[in-house]
Amino acid sequence: MLSRRDLGRLVLSAAAILAAPAVVHAKAKAPRLVVIGGGFGGASAARYARTAFPHVAVTVIEPQKSFVTCPYGNLLLGGSRDLAAITHSYDRLKRRGVDFIHDWADAIDPVAKTIKLGGGGTVRYDKLILSPGIAIKWGALAGYDTGAARIFPHAWVPEKGEQVTLLRKQLEALPDGGVVAFSIPANPFRCPPGPYERISLVADYLKKHKPRAKILALDHKDAFSKQGLFQDAWNELYPGLIEWVPGSKDGKVVRVDTKEKVFETEFGTRHKVDVGNVIPPQSAARIAVDAGLVNETGWVPVNPYTFEAVKAKDIHVIGDANIPGAMPKSGFIANTTSKHAVASAIALLEGREPPKDPIYFNTCYSHVGDDYGISIVGVFRPSEKGFVETPNSGGVSPRGPLAQLRDQRRLEAHYADSWYASITKDAFG
Amino acid sequence: MTAALTGRPRLRLPATAQAGEVVEIRTLVDHPMETGLRKGDDGQPVPRDMLARLIVRANGAVVFTAEFRNATSANPYLVFFLRIERTTELAFTWLHEDGRSLTAAARIVVA
Repeated sequence: MLSRRDLGRLVLSAAAILAAPAVVHAKAKAPRLVVIGGGFGGASAARYARTAFPHVAVTVIEPQKSFVTCPYGNLLLGGSRDLAAITHSYDRLKRRGVDFIHDWADAIDPVAKTIKLGGGGTVRYDKLILSPGIAIKWGALAGYDTGAARIFPHAWVPEKGEQVTLLRKQLEALPDGGVVAFSIPANPFRCPPGPYERISLVADYLKKHKPRAKILALDHKDAFSKQGLFQDAWNELYPGLIEWVPGSKDGKVVRVDTKEKVFETEFGTRHKVDVGNVIPPQSAARIAVDAGLVNETGWVPVNPYTFEAVKAKDIHVIGDANIPGAMPKSGFIANTTSKHAVASAIALLEGREPPKDPIYFNTCYSHVGDDYGISIVGVFRPSEKGFVETPNSGGVSPRGPLAQLRDQRRLEAHYADSWYASITKDAFG
Repeated sequence: MTAALTGRPRLRLPATAQAGEVVEIRTLVDHPMETGLRKGDDGQPVPRDMLARLIVRANGAVVFTAEFRNATSANPYLVFFLRIERTTELAFTWLHEDGRSLTAAARIVVA
């Protein structure tokens, strides 16, 4: 008869035998997670993978040495932040053990599971987190190409901050009484409230420094994110300064002319502009298109439970390049979904079930003036139909006269600043 | 009482065409298309104010009509195609339910 102690010994030795092969395997070869892109999605994925799965080797492929955020770029245009304040080094991620390859990821071979680098050489992966962001559809708007972007900046893809800096310089050079025009695309595009925050903060700058200047916002859409809140703020803070023209009132810009400095709309109205910001039509970044991951929309369909691309195994696509259903293309969504994508990718790699019933969370704060912030909050879940918003969750800031809501607006501006500090800390270490 | 008919009709069409060419004609008119069912901020129903139809004539003959209903959105935007055989004078009439109308005209030249 076995004593209690013998039984324990027997169980222990059986466990030791079972565990042995796994230990040997882990020592022989760490699973290799490669991340393409060092924006909110990619950096958050790398940081989270190092923290939660220390046995996994993490490599980020990203050509830039530091990241300039799109969020808070509008504050640079308004004049309350500089480029250094929205630039984040990868050094802290490197110190956390993330390997960086500062090169372009040129092509993916989903069968061989390798990535070809722009500077030559290939990188092998076991699981790939693809967070490449967007590409501008040059030429989709007649007359708008890379040369035209030096006259009419887009300032929508940050690179080293050249575009947002150019737009700021143009605003500084604008004569008082000039016209600043915006061309705003149809959905979907990166950062749905972004154009309207930008209009607000440019209006704030003009009101303070060029009070006779005007803003002409030409929109492909008839409605936009937080519309009531933005328009209330425009009426209260910048009365008469901003003219917003919806698509159904001939707001769709179909051609730009850099020589004449004209934005031409669908029904042939030629608007003369002094400073023109073209927020152009967009698609998933080129690498996702070349790898055959996109569908007819130009964006990447993904499994809403794991973020694995519908068209390729072992490639999990996060951030603005994927089709997010009811979710917005935002840095916040890239950050929250990156963690779930990494957890799912590692679980699938190691033969475990991915985490069940994930919840994705988003808040988009917008600054519309000094001490004046507004927000929209959404809670989303995966379903067979894709990403869907959870009923009766989230919401937007209350509407009402500024005199009654001054504290709320001031607090939300403060929350926005805190959000920016914490999400950049979370993503970039 | 309905608001004055102040919408500015807009047209986008080619100035010239080949004989027999099918051309695209886009039309847009500013109009609220109020159904009379909606309540305003004061809780009172917003009066019905609805365009009834668009009539397009080519050299005097009706070539296209569209009937508008409650489900037609504000600022009706219509695109249609027309085969052009010879130089054509186009006349566009948006007719309000109360009989008032807005008009626009254009010419497509066949060389």
